[in-house]
Amino acid sequence: MGKIVAVTGNEAGAEALRQVNPDVCGAYPITPQTDMMQRFSSFASNGKVDTEVILVESEHSSMSACIGAAAAGGRVITATSSQGLALMWEMLFIAAGDRLPIVMPVVNRALSAPLNIHGDHSDAMGARDSGWIQIWSENAQESYDNIIQAFRVAEHLDIRLPVMVCLDGFIISHSIERVEYLEDDKVKNFVGEYKQVNPLLDLEHPKSFGPLILPDLYHEYKRAQHEVMSKVKNVVLDVAADFEKMSGRKYGLFESYRLDDADIAMVILNSAAGTAKDVVDDFRNKGIKAGLLKPRLFRPFPYEEVANALKNVKAICVMDRADSFGAYGPLFVEIWSSMLHLDKKPLMTNKIYGLGGRDFMPDQAELVLNELVEIIKTGKVKTVKEYIGVRE
Amino acid sequence: MTTATKPLTLKELSKQEDRLTHGHRMCSGCGAPIIVKQVLMATDYPIVAANATGCLEVSTCISEYTAWKIPWMHSAFENAAATLSGIETMYRAWKKKGLIDKEVKFIAFGGDGGTYDIGFQSLSGAMERGHDMLYVCYDNGAYMNTGIQRSSATPYGADTTTNPAGSKVPGKLQKRKDLTKIMAAHGIPYAAQASPAHWQDLIKKVRKALEIKGPKFMNIISPCNRGWRTRTDDQITLCRIAVDTCYWPLYEIENGVLKVNVKPKEKKPITEFLKPQGRFKHLFAPENEWMLKKIQEDIDSDWELLQKTEAFWGGEEKK
Repeated sequence: MGKIVAVTGNEAGAEALRQVNPDVCGAYPITPQTDMMQRFSSFASNGKVDTEVILVESEHSSMSACIGAAAAGGRVITATSSQGLALMWEMLFIAAGDRLPIVMPVVNRALSAPLNIHGDHSDAMGARDSGWIQIWSENAQESYDNIIQAFRVAEHLDIRLPVMVCLDGFIISHSIERVEYLEDDKVKNFVGEYKQVNPLLDLEHPKSFGPLILPDLYHEYKRAQHEVMSKVKNVVLDVAADFEKMSGRKYGLFESYRLDDADIAMVILNSAAGTAKDVVDDFRNKGIKAGLLKPRLFRPFPYEEVANALKNVKAICVMDRADSFGAYGPLFVEIWSSMLHLDKKPLMTNKIYGLGGRDFMPDQAELVLNELVEIIKTGKVKTVKEYIGVRE
Repeated sequence: MTTATKPLTLKELSKQEDRLTHGHRMCSGCGAPIIVKQVLMATDYPIVAANATGCLEVSTCISEYTAWKIPWMHSAFENAAATLSGIETMYRAWKKKGLIDKEVKFIAFGGDGGTYDIGFQSLSGAMERGHDMLYVCYDNGAYMNTGIQRSSATPYGADTTTNPAGSKVPGKLQKRKDLTKIMAAHGIPYAAQASPAHWQDLIKKVRKALEIKGPKFMNIISPCNRGWRTRTDDQITLCRIAVDTCYWPLYEIENGVLKVNVKPKEKKPITEFLKPQGRFKHLFAPENEWMLKKIQEDIDSDWELLQKTEAFWGGEEKK
């Protein structure tokens, strides 16, 4: 039996990374992630891990060093937030294009301007087209569990892609929660030994990484990236099944909460799902068939499975903690796309909530669910996209 | 085994394996592949190289061909130093675990754009962190790969496509950044300037650098017939004239001590370096005479300062 502890999300993340004991870590401070890399560096300084930590001068260099280290041949990690992820943007595509299985917790935070250090999903949503796998986490326990599972997904021979594990800044990274840790040897056995297929440090077989590829072959390389993404879902599920055997904790592509017979539902990512589930319970107690879907694997997006889970719901509100200005929220677009092939499509709304750390309160979830009840009655959606929780 | 003790003769060097093979697509006369070959033939150590985006990179590894017979990596433009720092760190991690036992040397290659400008932070960071690597800048004085745009290494007065010599602005009006000194100011154990025309000096410097643990920097003048607008067969001669005019002095700074390695018997006027190059053609118009004068004055004072610095450290007396 593992230990039960009261820790912050960052602490749980750092503990998962300690147990995995990677070869190289690139680290650069940025709120609210700083604390995770600080803790990890302390493990390195005190001989709790064998990891060589590179204390880089920017996140761009952090991801560049991780790319070099991962190509060289070993297991590589870093972590970041917000502006740091934005600064890495160029290198994210290169990590994915080079098929380097780097694991990176992203402690979600708003993007400037105006400067704001608090939690929203603008950073990771901005990186959703970079070719990274994205796994999202509601709380410290899920963050811990997802980080451990991420190595198996990233390093799977059929996949070999970098993985971001997303957790909400401050709300999760800095709040103390109950977390069940696994034993060190269990984690070690679970992630196993990592063997890079074509390490740059294989001196006997020199290889060139990062060639120029012109129109004669570039397109094919990109299709290969597209194709490998189609295999990710099954690997995520296989890894989750193994993880469940070890931990007793079950994970899927998303979490369905009281969705089976639901008439109305919210789709919501990460920490706010916890609050929303409470309100769903309140509605159920009032006899209203409410439910919730919380995506876990956001890239690749499991369209068919999500459609299947939501197909009998009459009205859905997709909650976005990020905006795509001049367009619908990024999560809404995915859910909307999932519905494409359904004969009878649910009525759908899109609410933008909680930007820059604005609290998501139960009354906001109530408002949303009440509106869905109204939409079912009238059969009409007045406004598709709308900000909620706004000070007027 | 190292080559450090082998005699520095053409005969001996001709026995060295070519680790950047023929078949690459660099322009004839280009300095970069000559420099890379000289650097790599300096040693028998296994080398792992990183390359910034640029002419050298796009011309030596076009899928599905590579001219590199050593492990080589390109990731982006501004980060050859950071990328190599990751590779070198993984090597240390593996060495600690007994997964690799060979003594490997790490070399980054970048042009002046990728080194002086966009890659400056990455380079500075990697040097400060003390990675065991040699960073080699092949400095041709502009963004040649994208079509001869001004960089902070572009010499004063030069005509480039982004500061073309026009009727109002006579080319670049700022002096070059003195990157070699800036790198030495990081307190790294070794920083040097070299020229492919002085191949013995260049190879000696690489050999010395590779025997020193920690971060090393070499700045090597690299002719570009497209950007300099010169004949392809004049390139190495121009690199020699660059040294003879003291435009590109050959010196090294080892643990803070500066030594001038090559002192021209007779310092040639800078016009001998400028005249054959189309990029300086406009300077020879009567209205731009003041610029020529300024260039000569700058070179004279820089050369004097260099010798004074050497003398301060107890180097050779001025001849």
